[in-house]
Amino acid sequence: MSAFTTFFQSDFVFRFKRDKVAVISLIVVVVLVLSALFAPLIAPTNPYDLTTIDIMDSEIPPIWTEEGEDRFLLGTDPQGRDMLSTILYGMRISLTIGFFAVLLQAFLGVSIGLLSGYIGGRVDAFFMRLADIQLSLSTLMVAIIALAVFQAGFGAELYSDLAIIMLVLVIGIAEWPQYARTVRASVLAEKHKEYVDAARVIGMSRRRIMVRHILPNTLSPILVISTIQVANAIISEAALSFLGLGMPVNKPSLGSLISSGFEFIFSGSWWITVIPSIVLVALILSINLLGDWLRDVLNPKLYKD
Amino acid sequence: MALLEVKGLEVEFPLGRKTLQALHGVDFSLDRGERLGIVGESGAGKSVAAFSILNLISRPGRISEGEVLFDGTDLTRLDDAAMREIRGNKISMIFQDPMMTLNPVLTIGTQMIECLQAHREISKEDARKISIDKLKEVMIPSAENRMESYPHELSGGMRQRVVIAIALLTDPSIIIADEPTTALDVTIQAEIMVLMLALCKNNNVGLILITHDLAVVSQVTERIMVMYAGRVVEQGPTREVIQNPGHPYTRGLIKALPQENIPGARLNQIPGSMPSLDAIPAGCAFNPRCEFVDLECHNAIPPLCGEGEQKIACIHRDRIPRFNLSEKGI
Amino acid sequence: MTGTFPLVDIKNVEKRFGGSGGFLSTRQPIVSALNNVTLSVQKGNAFCLVGESGCGKSTLARTVMGLHPPSRGEIHYDGKRIDDLSQRDRQVYTRKMQMIFQNPYASLNPRMTVRQTLEEPLKIHRPGMSKLEVRDKVEEVMRSVGNDPAWGDRYPHEFSGGQRQRISIARALMLDPEFIVADEPISALDVSIQAQVLNVMMDAQEDRDLTYLFITHDLSVVEHFGSHVAVMYLGTVCELSETKSLFAAPRHPYTRALLSAIPKMDAKGVDHLKMTGEVPTAMDLPTGCVFHPRCPVARERCKREVPELKENGDTKTACFAVEEAWI
Repeated sequence: MSAFTTFFQSDFVFRFKRDKVAVISLIVVVVLVLSALFAPLIAPTNPYDLTTIDIMDSEIPPIWTEEGEDRFLLGTDPQGRDMLSTILYGMRISLTIGFFAVLLQAFLGVSIGLLSGYIGGRVDAFFMRLADIQLSLSTLMVAIIALAVFQAGFGAELYSDLAIIMLVLVIGIAEWPQYARTVRASVLAEKHKEYVDAARVIGMSRRRIMVRHILPNTLSPILVISTIQVANAIISEAALSFLGLGMPVNKPSLGSLISSGFEFIFSGSWWITVIPSIVLVALILSINLLGDWLRDVLNPKLYKD
Repeated sequence: MALLEVKGLEVEFPLGRKTLQALHGVDFSLDRGERLGIVGESGAGKSVAAFSILNLISRPGRISEGEVLFDGTDLTRLDDAAMREIRGNKISMIFQDPMMTLNPVLTIGTQMIECLQAHREISKEDARKISIDKLKEVMIPSAENRMESYPHELSGGMRQRVVIAIALLTDPSIIIADEPTTALDVTIQAEIMVLMLALCKNNNVGLILITHDLAVVSQVTERIMVMYAGRVVEQGPTREVIQNPGHPYTRGLIKALPQENIPGARLNQIPGSMPSLDAIPAGCAFNPRCEFVDLECHNAIPPLCGEGEQKIACIHRDRIPRFNLSEKGI
Repeated sequence: MTGTFPLVDIKNVEKRFGGSGGFLSTRQPIVSALNNVTLSVQKGNAFCLVGESGCGKSTLARTVMGLHPPSRGEIHYDGKRIDDLSQRDRQVYTRKMQMIFQNPYASLNPRMTVRQTLEEPLKIHRPGMSKLEVRDKVEEVMRSVGNDPAWGDRYPHEFSGGQRQRISIARALMLDPEFIVADEPISALDVSIQAQVLNVMMDAQEDRDLTYLFITHDLSVVEHFGSHVAVMYLGTVCELSETKSLFAAPRHPYTRALLSAIPKMDAKGVDHLKMTGEVPTAMDLPTGCVFHPRCPVARERCKREVPELKENGDTKTACFAVEEAWI
């Protein structure tokens, strides 16, 4: 029997199928991620291509309102870009930033957590105090200062080219303590188990014990926080963009879209802000619900066997 | 009529898409002041059998068939309030881990007094007096001072004594003890066993002792019930069963003990291991491990029967050679 | 004891835990787990360490294996000191010394298949072996412990306790060691499985000429399995002798109490020697002989002086009562 069929017959899948919230969340996440991934194929227009944009088309409401036009399903923004296309491309940027920022967080946090937990002593004390200090400063505050300095330093033009990388770096570095603490806690629990002693008795090096024995056994909690951290990173990005420190207007993420529509909300063009907000909320909510479900399923098992 | 009578007890656990049956038609009874030992390995269903008496099976497990008659009332039909009247009052429970019973943030005295007041209309002073008496009865030195102690201030053996004292508080007619000495050291285990034996005899309390240790059972109980894969395979007076076991499983268990073998020689072993609940073999559940197995054993589940008091669930019970325990290495 | 030579020599070993409160960490109470333990295991012995929980028997086993360094004293293997070696220098000895652990549910990495677990020691110590040789070796060892070699691709949770413990024994045998430390290898198993695992260990000893240091709290296992036995109490060895003579004539009062407490199948009721007092902990050791607060025959001298382990007939005991023959 292949690993594939065993997976589909496992208890994990069985419990998943019975949980309606989890199934719906997964469907929403998959649909959103796929449509973001294939945005260039799905989107009616390319919002980055200035030649397709006509300023005369600006602020057209969605199709179901009286003034809506067939060409623009969800209406257009103040610059005349098709909202649907802009949202799809924006979600692509949001998800990219979220994903890579979490990858960076995980890399930093897992390495530091493993080292602190397994070596202990001064290394542990140093990193954990560092984590404490970092956690006592708000992520957004650090990010705002860092990004504001960069923006001033690089100038707006260079900054808009580097924005994605800068956001990944800032959000990635700001949130490693979450990972480091979780990993450290499970390393501390694992390292006193007999299989680690057995590995030492065999004469295995510390590095190999950490990577081959302890790390695989801390994967479940890492998986759980990763889902939730992706949601957090997307929110952070959206917040920074909303404040004008994130993605520039010509390459909008969900956050900068919401922000750019905000000034028009009182002039009646509600859709520019509201529709991307709904997409953002749906995305974050589904990811978080999935994360909660994963935690419930993985945790009891983690400590039972 | 016996004080406690369990008839045709079946317990099942729905698990994922399957339902596992932990007990298959278990019958046993306990007279007033009688001491019964339930013996078996992990997964045999001995704890489930004892827990289901007090309807203490953890969810989603449930009793699907059978009745538990205590003094004529069927305990399986009682509602929660009525069950609380029985539980910890007329039937007490002692667990392997004393901390299952003891609350770590309350003093011993508070817990004992509360327990008494929950079951009886009694003043605090009287409850205190009874509690101190019970602590003295389980040979706890300076009982008055111990009332003010917290559980963590006591050693493992002392904690188990306190648990026994709590179990005796309401003068129950039955105590169910689940592996009460397994977590303790040998010397402490011996002390606790002596104590429990004396207390049950003096107060005419019935005892159901659940354990995997045949030697302990042989010292303390009058009757014994051996379980395997959710069924009773042998039942009878302790001496008879231990000295002259009739079921191949009981026989194998006793013959496997190091003290029943010649030092340094290979031990007599039962091959294989207890089947898990979702893979119980057809026919007699013991047949894959049995040395006397033949084709018949795969066909029908053998009933528990026998002429004398010793009942054996094995179709070949007349063919199994008996052995005398005093000769080593048979 | 004829024609024997010490394979493992434990000399005046002491082990203390806690105490060192460093920068930013709290000071912990000092626990003296081992106090001046001296004993030697001869080649071919099945040397048993018995005692109740907290007597330091597991600590001694782990110290011998180098899982934690002794606070004082020396450990010699085959005449050479090993407790102060670096990890690299120790590799020679890891091939010869292996360990079996108590809990079969914790001693196998749940994320590794049986084959991965068993191949690991070979990958570290015999990097030159070809894939085919490795596979053959795994199969041979699996068979020798009574497990089906076809189980290699399964994970530990698919096995019962007894099967897991046999996998754990197989892992210890992969490097063809001379000396195996077994820390309570059967106490977590069911009765019928205990016999199977003991048999596997005894077969391995016969086939491979092994020396065992076997840690247990179960005296009936010692009587069956051990050639020599050391009884420990609160980090101290109180009696040391050949198994036969210990069971025939226990001398130390603690050994006597321990032996009398073994539940016997043929006895009517329980009959055991009573000990007095409370069990002390290794955190505040009694003065003098560590056993005196519970000893039924203790006198003034026992409270003041620490008895040494002395030759006494065919056993060694650490007890003034035995020395001065007042029991």
